[in-house]
Amino acid sequence: MSGFVESIVGRYVHVEIDGEINRIYFEENGSGIPLVCLHTAGSDARQWRHLLVDEEFTKQFRIIAFDMPWHGKSNPPDSQYDNEYRLTTATYTATIRAFCEALKLDRPVVMGCSIGGRIVLNLAISHASEFRALIGLEAADFQQPWYDTAWLNRPDVHGGEVCAALVSGLIAPNGPATARDETLWGYKQGGPGIFKGDLYFYRVDGDLRGRVGQIDVRQCPLYLLTGEYDFSCTPEDTLRTAASIPGAKATIMERLGHFPMSENPAQFRASIAPVLQEILSGQNT
Amino acid sequence: MNPDATSTDRPSVAFDNQVVEAFKTIPELLSRDEKLIGRGRWLDVECLLGPTVQPFHVTIRSGRILDMTPAPVLMRSWRFAYRATPAAYRAYWQAMPPPGWHDLLALTKRGEATLEGDLHPFMSHLQYFKDLLALPRRSGFGGAS
Repeated sequence: MSGFVESIVGRYVHVEIDGEINRIYFEENGSGIPLVCLHTAGSDARQWRHLLVDEEFTKQFRIIAFDMPWHGKSNPPDSQYDNEYRLTTATYTATIRAFCEALKLDRPVVMGCSIGGRIVLNLAISHASEFRALIGLEAADFQQPWYDTAWLNRPDVHGGEVCAALVSGLIAPNGPATARDETLWGYKQGGPGIFKGDLYFYRVDGDLRGRVGQIDVRQCPLYLLTGEYDFSCTPEDTLRTAASIPGAKATIMERLGHFPMSENPAQFRASIAPVLQEILSGQNT
Repeated sequence: MNPDATSTDRPSVAFDNQVVEAFKTIPELLSRDEKLIGRGRWLDVECLLGPTVQPFHVTIRSGRILDMTPAPVLMRSWRFAYRATPAAYRAYWQAMPPPGWHDLLALTKRGEATLEGDLHPFMSHLQYFKDLLALPRRSGFGGAS
């Protein structure tokens, strides 16, 4: 309907990360337990727009999604424009903690997808007491590379087109066409070298094999959900990871791929609703 | 199609021939898809595409297939090759392909396809080639699922 205004509110917060103020764009809606959502590599927080307007979830959760520096409407740090972007475990972890601190969030739930799912595992290893629960979508301690990231940023290949074409195969077939198009549009809009720089964390710096066994879910519950059509972080990758973390709960989601919240929001809702309900129930016991 | 079928489950010659015949329909299917041709408007390439049992030399100009000839052709060159097992194409062409059989690079990851040569034309037109090689799906070749 023309004239309809969504209930999502977008603002900027100044966040000090690695000694420099970053102007971080975030969107939020709802009230209750803070639920911070992390987007995938090379995209931005628009991936969460359907969750952000969920009438039921927003009654119980203050849902917040922010654009990582260099992504969406969060610019690179002022001092970094001329440098090659490379996301590290340390900077990614610091960014999430600083953002939560800047907004004075009280033990938020953090839900991340893909690289966001990987960093959630690191939060569970190193900072579990700061969070109420952690949710990793398309998350594993490691997964086998399936292409050379050098193709993502070179002058003779269109970066937006190749990034979108690569990840298009990670979307489950026969989902809603507009949701698929929108998911890929996010990749077509990424800055030069940003997807590649995010994957430095994913492939080189963020290998958590041998470390996830340290996770204590009694401190902070951990949920892992992966789409059956994700051949990047496969269901087997997630199940292997979950098997090495006593008490971690893993779900394989049907008819979903690597971008569950954006490629097929209704299908994703059916899987995430019981997780959010369980987190809510845990608060009342 | 059995999703678990692999190249090690030796399919019949008749099965292979069905896949080869379906592959031969690609130029005609492309000629009726102006959007896909448009996506390849900057693409001029000689490549080797098709089932491992019978690949084809394909000549593409401005996104249109001008010629598709069964390999081998004496001393003919190609810039890149994408070859997949007949079982892989059959799965890829299903209306709802099984997980892990639904994308050209999922097939290379699982060892059901190989990508060789100078990959620049392929990577600079990646969605074009994904959609080109999916065309027989439209005619229902791979079955419902």
